[in-house]
Amino acid sequence: MGQGAMDFPVIRSAGLDGMLVTFSEALTEPANRGALAFCEAVKSSAWPGVRETSTSLASVYIRFDAETLGHGALKDRLLTLLDQRDWQQAVLPPGRRFWQVPTVYGTELAPQLGEAAAAAGMSEAQAIESLGSARVRVLTIGFAPGQPYLGPLGAEWHLPRQTELTPRVPVGALVLAISQFVLFATSAPTGWRHVGQTGFQGFQLGSQDPIALRVGDEMVFTPVSRSDYERLCAKDPHFGGASRTEIPV
Amino acid sequence: MSALKVLRIGPLASIQDQGRPGQLQQGVSRGGAADLLALAEGAALLRQDSSLAALELAGIGGLFEATGPLRIALTGAPMQASLDGAALAWNASHQMQAGQRLEIGAPKRGLYGYLHLGGGIASEILLGARAIHLMSGLGKAVAVGDLLPCGPDQGREVGLGLLPEDRFQGGVLRIVESFQSALFAKDVRARFGATAFRRGSRANRMGVEMVSDGAGFTAAGQLNILSEIIVPGDVQMTGDGKPFVLLREAQTTGGYPRIGTVLPCDLAKVAQAQAGTDLRFCWISLEEGLAVQAKHDKQVKALPASCRPLLRDPAMMQDLLSFQLISGAVSADADPFDSKDTNSGDFT
Repeated sequence: MGQGAMDFPVIRSAGLDGMLVTFSEALTEPANRGALAFCEAVKSSAWPGVRETSTSLASVYIRFDAETLGHGALKDRLLTLLDQRDWQQAVLPPGRRFWQVPTVYGTELAPQLGEAAAAAGMSEAQAIESLGSARVRVLTIGFAPGQPYLGPLGAEWHLPRQTELTPRVPVGALVLAISQFVLFATSAPTGWRHVGQTGFQGFQLGSQDPIALRVGDEMVFTPVSRSDYERLCAKDPHFGGASRTEIPV
Repeated sequence: MSALKVLRIGPLASIQDQGRPGQLQQGVSRGGAADLLALAEGAALLRQDSSLAALELAGIGGLFEATGPLRIALTGAPMQASLDGAALAWNASHQMQAGQRLEIGAPKRGLYGYLHLGGGIASEILLGARAIHLMSGLGKAVAVGDLLPCGPDQGREVGLGLLPEDRFQGGVLRIVESFQSALFAKDVRARFGATAFRRGSRANRMGVEMVSDGAGFTAAGQLNILSEIIVPGDVQMTGDGKPFVLLREAQTTGGYPRIGTVLPCDLAKVAQAQAGTDLRFCWISLEEGLAVQAKHDKQVKALPASCRPLLRDPAMMQDLLSFQLISGAVSADADPFDSKDTNSGDFT
């Protein structure tokens, strides 16, 4: 029943004018890699009638004009492109950046570090060591403008979402669940645990580049003291002292 | 440039246009007017482009004063409207002079009424559109004291009317299978199509709750589904198997399973349903869905040709003015989304 019997990658329709190419029913690094690489390939194919392409954790979504490009014709093209290579082994697209973001773990700024560490069977110091050294990828941007899902973190961080919602976390909050971080670009309620706080604003309306991150970018949330964090935020109110470098192809 | 000054307004009125299609990869919801057909109707009545922004009135009208001569059109959920006390036809275009006051009351049927300005509303463009999206931090609700500036108005014609497609009292929503439909057992999908629903009390521009008697509609492995892209019209089942129809302003991804996708041309019917309104879903094939939607798109394109002068057509005038026969008091504090009063009145 359901998706268990499917052979991945699988192509399915999404509404009247969309198609979804899914590489896995679970989030894995190769499935996300496949989605990013395949999306780039669809984009550069520039098929007439394609209106939008985007990636989710392990899928590529294509929105198209069904009058210009029929469902059958698009599916044929996607199958041909899928057959060209093993997309889960593909090189990631160019133009990605590496961000290092100063982060306060725990304290009253990020009150759920202790709880998350205990759930993962670690001390707080071990948790900071583990989370603060993890180099994670922007797996997808969603829910709100410029808000990244980051990972995958190790299996020890496969913590379920809380049953109760935290009423509000601030912009720049680093929250954790199911082996992923979300770095909040807005202030909103969440069922994920608030383990770190950054001065990183992923969505700044009115700036030259309102959405800072791109899917495929990589990030490290470097532990800093609270006083360093405050000094960095005062100096750099938009990104809290984050640094950015291009990832060589 | 002329503008409309807001003297009184409900809490959820906002400037809306076609929204922001094409920015999913940045996490930006499509958004835009809850009733896109109403945008097209207003544009047709003012002989202008349907990409221009209009004021969306959510269940409550308002009071407005013109700072200079300007053209207006009124579309969407029929509301009582008057200009300096004289009744105005809904689904029609009109002239306002400097200092004249336009008063709009609550809708008798439907929820979202639209006030269009000649030249559109020239508010700030945010991420490529003027549509307000509060959850995303894009703009603010319109408030008392705001000025709604007109863009450059190329037209002069007013006094046009049209007969709108009735999407204000529920009915049948055509739905196609989508990428997660197979997570729901065949008999669950069949039961979904055979169930009589009512619009629930939880509804906004992002999504609308559907309630029914009997069991919920749950998917296999409901809690272990990977978050996946949301397209407008997706019908998502929450933990207890209760359906929500997601509208254009829904978040871009979600982890609840979706049983299918309502056709874009039927979404105005969902958005415009007052609480308690009867709705049901009818499964159709992708091919049928495409044909239905293509026919609708054709009708939208033909709207400009269907606008006719109000006074020269007594039959239409009669029809349009019948929308003014609103009985009962209108309270600015009433919550339009909780109203159960959907079937009293003089309309057939």
